[in-house]
Amino acid sequence: MSDSTTQAEEKLDRPLGQKDADSPAETEPSQMRRVKERLTSPWATAAAILIATLWTIPTFGLLVSSFRTPEEIRSNGWWNIFVSPSFTLENYFDVLTVSGASSANLGQYFVNSLVIAIPAALFPIAIATMAAYAFAWIKFKGSGALFVLVFALQIVPLQMALVPLLQIFSQVLGISGTFPAVWIAHTIFGLPLCIFLLHNFIREIPGEVIEAARVDGANHTQIFFRIIIPLSLPALASIGIFQFLWVWNDLLVALVFSGGTADVAPLTQRLAELVGNFGRNTERLPAAAFISLIVPLIVFFSLQRYFVRGLLAGSTKG
Amino acid sequence: MTSEFFSDLAAKFGLMFLGLAVFAAAVGVILFLADRAPKRGRDIWQLLAFLAPAMILLGVGLVYPAINTAVLSFFNRNSSEFVGFDNYVWMFTEPTILTTLGNTLIWVALVPTLSTAFGLVYAVFIDKSKGEKVLKSLVFMPMAISFVGAGIIWRFVYEYRAVGFSEQIGILNQILVWLGQEPQQFLQNSPWNTFFLIVVMVWIQTGFAMVLLSAAIKGVPVEIIEASRLDGANAWQQFWNVTVPGIRGTLVVVVTTISIATLKVFDIVRAMTGGNFDTSVVANEMYTQAFNRGEFGQGSALALVLFVMVLPIVVYNVRVLRQQKEIR
Repeated sequence: MSDSTTQAEEKLDRPLGQKDADSPAETEPSQMRRVKERLTSPWATAAAILIATLWTIPTFGLLVSSFRTPEEIRSNGWWNIFVSPSFTLENYFDVLTVSGASSANLGQYFVNSLVIAIPAALFPIAIATMAAYAFAWIKFKGSGALFVLVFALQIVPLQMALVPLLQIFSQVLGISGTFPAVWIAHTIFGLPLCIFLLHNFIREIPGEVIEAARVDGANHTQIFFRIIIPLSLPALASIGIFQFLWVWNDLLVALVFSGGTADVAPLTQRLAELVGNFGRNTERLPAAAFISLIVPLIVFFSLQRYFVRGLLAGSTKG
Repeated sequence: MTSEFFSDLAAKFGLMFLGLAVFAAAVGVILFLADRAPKRGRDIWQLLAFLAPAMILLGVGLVYPAINTAVLSFFNRNSSEFVGFDNYVWMFTEPTILTTLGNTLIWVALVPTLSTAFGLVYAVFIDKSKGEKVLKSLVFMPMAISFVGAGIIWRFVYEYRAVGFSEQIGILNQILVWLGQEPQQFLQNSPWNTFFLIVVMVWIQTGFAMVLLSAAIKGVPVEIIEASRLDGANAWQQFWNVTVPGIRGTLVVVVTTISIATLKVFDIVRAMTGGNFDTSVVANEMYTQAFNRGEFGQGSALALVLFVMVLPIVVYNVRVLRQQKEIR
């Protein structure tokens, strides 16, 4: 069991479009390694550090800004903190807790984001795992053609589905502008990729394991719960994390299906509104942006392994 | 924090757990029924139980809407009257929409090229160097945050203050001032503002390219690199003749994936300029037409154009992947 898991993990760790080369890291003799080390020049490292610095400065500047007083944010740049240091959490309290029509109200939107993203990550994973199992291990006529169709759906841009789906939600189901509408929309849009990736993974589970269970009299439901789910946990975690972040960071689906009120709309939508009136919200935006970034950054730094794996596997998301 | 906030919180999480419970119950009932299906035709019932939920959702939520959008693009603004190709004629004659289409082409030409180039160079530079993990994380981090968040970060980088009104608060204009130049309105001066928006997308996508290419570079067999060294190849020749051919497959995946993401870019333009000052792109214009102006026919036509633009890239990607499978 652990064997097939590691096998499958390796499969996900390798970027798509790469041939099955023997993994060089383990077999590489130490002599070779030394040769390769010599190839990296100090100039290359210096250039790399320069690029890394350039890439980090914008985010770093915003983080520094978020801890400066509103007057300071408005009157000069964040680099002045090195000349006249100051520190305040005022902005964070302002955007999170002050309520009222003109305030940022981010506390509520933060809750909305969580309430949207958790189910919208779990629903597609569950439904996709079932469908992926059916495609991989239940033989039926037209299985191949149907799977290709599902794969092909990845190329349909979200924009193609927005208007009719909104009509279905508002006229047939009457749930437009509610949490279930956003959940269902994200579930639908996430399904093609989730089914495709999980199918690739579940198909690799050794046939003997499933055959043995079948001989023991297990039916599909039992096989699904006793073999497929336990063996696919690493893949489920990677793809689940990725779907969660995708939903958390999404703006388009939220704009169309959430109705745009503080009752349902997520953080991204409120941020887009705030930045739309940049002049009035200048001192609020750094703290507001960091409140929305904190969840992805925690996920990123604590689960980077899973995150990278999901990214490598998901790099064909259309 | 008020008690109002907490009652709101309780209500929303209550709804969430209710939703999760209903979902779990529905899936549970479906699988339970499949488990207990009558012996006759059990296979079919079990197949349906596993497959039907996904197929129904995809059919209702994606296949039908996509076809419907294609049809709507031949109707007028509220879909009541057939107008033939009017929406498409409008698209290719209206100057603002032509600018939008042109901008989208600039985006899709520059973002994949620049991101892949930066990502590749960076991946080569940090390969096997000290602190590789940290250096990787720093460039990769923008990938985790939302496009809207990135938009805000860069709004502050580009922020402009008129001379004499106050000190500059955007670092880019401050640097210009330090160099003795006039500060610029980076996001308003067309056509250069589009390039400053593109910088944001490149900033995000470089990390993605770097991580994939870095993994691929580590997959190039050391023996080949060593052999080329013994043949007297310098670092530059090694890079072009050994490394690049060795990672071709991954390069294709990276370029095509970023191209598709770029064609659909919406949040960055929305958050930074709202599509004003001649910076709109197709994905943003589609939203503006359909949801801000209620022009569903024109919005649908733009969505269809987006689909047509994405299609060849995906077909190419799939073909390359299949060829590689055959070689394997």
